[in-house]
Parts: sequence; C-alpha cells; structure tokens
Amino acid sequence: MKYIGLLSVFVTGFLLMYAVLDFPAWGDPNSPASTHLSDHYITKTLEETGVPNLVTAVLADYRGFDTMLETSVVFVAGIAILGILRKRSSTTVPIKKSGRLRTASPEPDLIIRTTSRLLLPAIQLFALYVIAHGHHSPGGGFQGGVILAASLILVALSFSLRSAMLKAGERLMIILGNVGIYIYAGVGVLCLLSFANFLDYSALDWLYPGDAVRARYHSMLVVEIGVAFTVGSVLFLIYAALSSKGAMRRGL
Amino acid sequence: MAELIELMMTRLNYWIYIVLMMIGLYAMISKNNLMKKLIGMSIFQTAIMLFYVSIGVKNNATIPILEHHGHDETGGHGAEAATHGAAEVGHAVSEAAHTAKDVILAADYDNPLPHVLMLTAIVVGVATLGVAMAVVLKIHDRYGTIEENEILEKVKL
Repeated sequence: MKYIGLLSVFVTGFLLMYAVLDFPAWGDPNSPASTHLSDHYITKTLEETGVPNLVTAVLADYRGFDTMLETSVVFVAGIAILGILRKRSSTTVPIKKSGRLRTASPEPDLIIRTTSRLLLPAIQLFALYVIAHGHHSPGGGFQGGVILAASLILVALSFSLRSAMLKAGERLMIILGNVGIYIYAGVGVLCLLSFANFLDYSALDWLYPGDAVRARYHSMLVVEIGVAFTVGSVLFLIYAALSSKGAMRRGL
Repeated sequence: MAELIELMMTRLNYWIYIVLMMIGLYAMISKNNLMKKLIGMSIFQTAIMLFYVSIGVKNNATIPILEHHGHDETGGHGAEAATHGAAEVGHAVSEAAHTAKDVILAADYDNPLPHVLMLTAIVVGVATLGVAMAVVLKIHDRYGTIEENEILEKVKL
C-alpha cells in the first residue's frame, strides 16, 4: 500500500508540475484569474458600496449568498458534532453559581490564571474591533468570530472547561449560532420585503441614514456581525465537544 | 538548465504548493492512523489555499484595501462625496485636485477574489475538520483504536 501510494503521489505530482509550465507568469496582472470580474471589483467597489476593503465588500455584498451558506455550513457542522458526540450524563454535578472563575485542579497555576485573566478583556475587545473595523482594515465577521472563540477557549484551557461553560453555556452558544444566521438571512428577507432581490442591500436605504451606497455599507456591517455570532459560538462549541468527548464537563 | 532554474525560481509558489499537496495526499493514502490521515487532509487543504492566494498576486501591487477613502474629519462621508464626484465626471480627468488620486487602477491591487474564497474556506475547513475528528473520536469509543487495519479486523469479527 505504501509503495502504491508513493507511486501514485509521484505520478500525480509530476502531472501537476507539468501543468505548472502552462500557468501564466508569476504576478501577471493580465492572467485570466485577475481580469474580467476582479477588475470590476477593484475599480467599482468604492463607488458602489463605499467600502475600501475589497475583501469585505466581495465577501458580504457581491458574494453574499456564498457567505451566508458558508456560515450555515459552519453552524450545521457544529450541530453535527453535537449530534455525533453529545452524551447526556445522568449524574449531573450541580454547578456552584459563584461569579468567580474556578479551576479544576486543586493547585491552580497562579501565573497562567493571572495572565489569562489580564489578557481576556484585551482579546475580546480586539475581536470586536476586528469585526467592526473590517470595512477599513483586514478583518470582518469570520476573523473576529474566531478571535472571540479563541478567548473562550483560553478560559477553558487556563481555568477549566466548566468555568468556560458557566460563562458561555451550551444552550446559549447554540442560540447565538442560530441568531447569527437569522441576522444574516433576516437582512436578505428585509431586502425581499423592500421589493428587491434577496441580499440586494441597496433596497434598504429606508432603514439607514444616507443613500443606497450607505445602505450597502451599513448592511455589510450587520451581516458581518451575524457571521461573527455564528462563527464565534460554533467554534467554541466544537472545541468544547471535542475536548470533553461530548460530556461537556471536563476538558483537557 | 539555466532556463529550468529560472522557471523554478519564478514559479516557486506553484512548486511548493504541489510539494505540500503531495505530502498531504501521501499521508491520506498510506498512513494507517486515522488522525494522521486527517492531518494529511489538512495539509492538502493548506496547499490549495496557498495555490489560490498565489493566483491572486500581481507584481507591484498591494493588498486589496483601497487607499483612496476619506481621511478628513467627516470620516466615511468623504469617500461617499468623492465617489459621487467621480461618478458625475464619468472617470474623466476633472479639474478638481482630489479626483486625480481617486482613479483606481486594477493593476495596483491584488485580486480580492481568491482571498475571499480562501477566507471562508479556512473557517469552513476548521468546522469540517471538527466533524471528522468527532467521527474519529466515536470510532475510538467503539473499537478502542484508530489504526485502520485493527479497525478492519474488528469489523470483520
């Protein structure tokens, strides 16, 4: 099996390398991928949507359907993981609802605890900045949502999974994941109710101050917030389910 | 020979993506451990991301974030006013000084499309990798191993 695998890998690799010879030159601005639609995005985006970050504009506006369904894929993946792994434990340990974060080990590591306690607000604030500033700098809903999930995973790693679940419970995370997709699809339905196509944000100019260009600009922010809700909550759910083998009680 | 070396140097990213992809493919085909297969799949995925981002590169271009928006105190409204101004004159060179730098050339910015595709692919890749790992965990629960040949033996029994 190993030799067959090695042989097939070499054959495939040789064919791919042979195909590279037909590729357009490196960094060619007139390569097929960089003409046609891409030119339109680069030259017209600011005029049509007012967003300087082209990636955000293409993600949330021009390719809105794609992004909405990708977000749904993330959510469905989270639900699938819960469906595969989730175990209902009959002996539910009562969780003490004290406000402080607790550690699982009897001798908590003071340095790790203190450092993560100091870092947490900064990480979460940075996540909100990345979401909200995605129009003007690298960032957006996906990136900010991942940073939010990472801050929750930091709690789970440095304290315990249970103290993270106290702050961000399973039920809350599923609801937030739903809410994100509802926000995204809701914007699309609002467009439909405004007698325009699904996710055609320019029809929402009655909702925001400013004209149709501003409406696209603001709708993108709303949509990105929806994406951040879903991605942040679902990625934390995935971590919690995988690290505790579905019991959601004791993690790594 | 010199031509070949030049070809390799100018298309280095394409060669690297193929090498990475083949490493991933080999791991998927010939590794016995399911977790190692998943790692191979992840490497394969990363190679495709490298490939896509390499496609979007243009010489002497910068990241796809426009530099031409309003830095005045009105903030974003400057961009709006500027774009409307540009629309009115129909991209012609106007007498106003500020429209000269508002002309956006496609050659100045990298292709944003591959970046968008890979941005979503990375996050969705993490989620689907999570599903695969959940399945592996379940297999481990059921059979007590994640080695492929041992699982096959236990399935036959």
